[in-house]
Amino acid sequence: MHIPDGYLSPATCAALYASSAPFWYVSLRRLKRRLTAKLIPLLSVFAAFSFVVMMFNLPLPGGTTGHAVGVAIASIVLGPWASILAISIALFIQAVFFGDGGITALGANCFNMAVAGSLVAFFTYRAISGRCAIASRRRVVAAGVAGYLSINVAALLTAIEFGIQPMLFRDASGAPLYAPYPLKIAIPAMMAGHLTVAGLAELILSAGLVAWLQRSHPSLLSATAPGAAATEDEVSGTGWLAIRPLLIGLAALMLITPLGILAVGTAWGEWSPRDLADHTARQQIAAASANQQLPPGVPQGLDRLSSVWTAPFPSYAPPFLHTPSFGYLLSAAFGSGLILLAALVVGWAFAARQRSP
Amino acid sequence: MRANRVIEGSIHGFLRVLEHTLESEELARRDGLLQSLDPRVKLLGFVGLIVAAAASRRLEVIGAVFGLAIVLAICSRVPLRTLMIRVWAGAFAFTGLIAAPALFLTPGRPIWWVPVLGWAVTAQGSRGAVYLISRVETTATLSMLLVLCTPWAHVLKALRVLRVPMVLVVILGMTYRYILLMIGTAEEMFESRRSRMVGKLAAKDGRRLAIATAGVLLSKTMQLSGDVYLAMQSRGFRGEVFLLDDFEMRLRDWSWLAAFFALGAAAIWMGAR
Repeated sequence: MHIPDGYLSPATCAALYASSAPFWYVSLRRLKRRLTAKLIPLLSVFAAFSFVVMMFNLPLPGGTTGHAVGVAIASIVLGPWASILAISIALFIQAVFFGDGGITALGANCFNMAVAGSLVAFFTYRAISGRCAIASRRRVVAAGVAGYLSINVAALLTAIEFGIQPMLFRDASGAPLYAPYPLKIAIPAMMAGHLTVAGLAELILSAGLVAWLQRSHPSLLSATAPGAAATEDEVSGTGWLAIRPLLIGLAALMLITPLGILAVGTAWGEWSPRDLADHTARQQIAAASANQQLPPGVPQGLDRLSSVWTAPFPSYAPPFLHTPSFGYLLSAAFGSGLILLAALVVGWAFAARQRSP
Repeated sequence: MRANRVIEGSIHGFLRVLEHTLESEELARRDGLLQSLDPRVKLLGFVGLIVAAAASRRLEVIGAVFGLAIVLAICSRVPLRTLMIRVWAGAFAFTGLIAAPALFLTPGRPIWWVPVLGWAVTAQGSRGAVYLISRVETTATLSMLLVLCTPWAHVLKALRVLRVPMVLVVILGMTYRYILLMIGTAEEMFESRRSRMVGKLAAKDGRRLAIATAGVLLSKTMQLSGDVYLAMQSRGFRGEVFLLDDFEMRLRDWSWLAAFFALGAAAIWMGAR
């Protein structure tokens, strides 16, 4: 995750320094206004804590171990702005003094982990935990999800930064000057490790620390939980209101589903028999598969099994609709509705089981 | 061994940081070329060379900057073995692992076929891998040399020349001190657990131990922050930061600054051709 010098071009590094700078400036301004003289020891000590926590070896299920960045716990305890500064300071010391991450790539590392990581962690935590009590288990789940998402968003940004290098920077012979892999290799290669090992380490550390703080120092969780209910019962009575932020987020995601129309071509590996029978589509598939030779014609098994089930909304476009974007919206609403209905049925079944003697 | 990795691995990491810190401080006190220069000259000069190596489109230029770094290390009495252990081996292993598949995956003119597998190594892939490895080795060597030949407090004070806000310089200095303090605390916590342990630790208990240790460290952190603030207030701190800027540029420093500037500019100019 810590990008060393030499992987990114100076132009990319400069752009990412410039992208991080406004966040550093705003963080410093906001914190100065709120904390004044207390800012210096708080940030120093918390940055030191983040640095040390990054060195902890966490045993993960499956027998392996991993290191966490601790960005989610910093956001949960300090809030996103102080977290941006604390994690950036820890990354600076890692880069300059211990050679972990590059000096020219420091802006990129700070943007990916400190800025994007802190903001994603904070808003995810707040969206999931809502107004629930400080001691609620939902806060533990929220912290785990926040940790997992923040580290994966940071990894995705890193992969994109790597992936655009060979597109933009090559020498006269066509050799890549910096990170050599295009997006189609960089993203899966980077995400494979983060969706599993690194994400899990961050999830365990964030959720575990919040659970530990709930028992030992609940006051440390109150700074980023304004309006938190005093007890669990106070929240459970609010029903749908308790998950209102989640529902709003879901609605927003539904509204942007027509963005999928912008993507051209067929998703890799999701080819239909019609694609494999079409000459132009076959050429595109071969080009997207490192020019691997495709089998002649449509494979018999694929042809046979593809007709077993016909989806009611094929390609997110119900046949009775003529507007593709409306088809996407309708599909999103229908799919989300089905999932919510399933969740309600499962919740009702669990509640009924608990009520029964 | 695997089940105890949480303790052994963490303690090993802490001790390695402390060991590196002591070694760096010892090297920074030696009587050598870079140690005798003004920290601001070193900071500007090394950042310039790092940017030149990062921007170069020619392998010869990157090689020349790497050669210059080695000459500077020898003149500054930094053992090449230290660089080999702390920089070259790690950077080569890590970046080599990442760069190796590029030999086959980068499209281009085949220059060799791997026996048995029949995979084609392309000229563009090989060149790309060499670019990446040489650039990483060169820039990592330069940044490590800067830290090995300059006391940390001086590196931070020199950051003012790059217009880093004074308050951030102070925070960085304090963070560095508290890192060492907290590493000591965390190491003692793991060590005390190890001394009371018989047999292996289950993975689940290992996780619990790591999280509880991090939790204790976090609560100590917050308490320490309050204590430090009170201590600063008791010494008259009112939120204003002052740095004692005792650096003084001599003729020798100006000459080296000019030399670094000329070398950096030449590397950037030749590397861009």
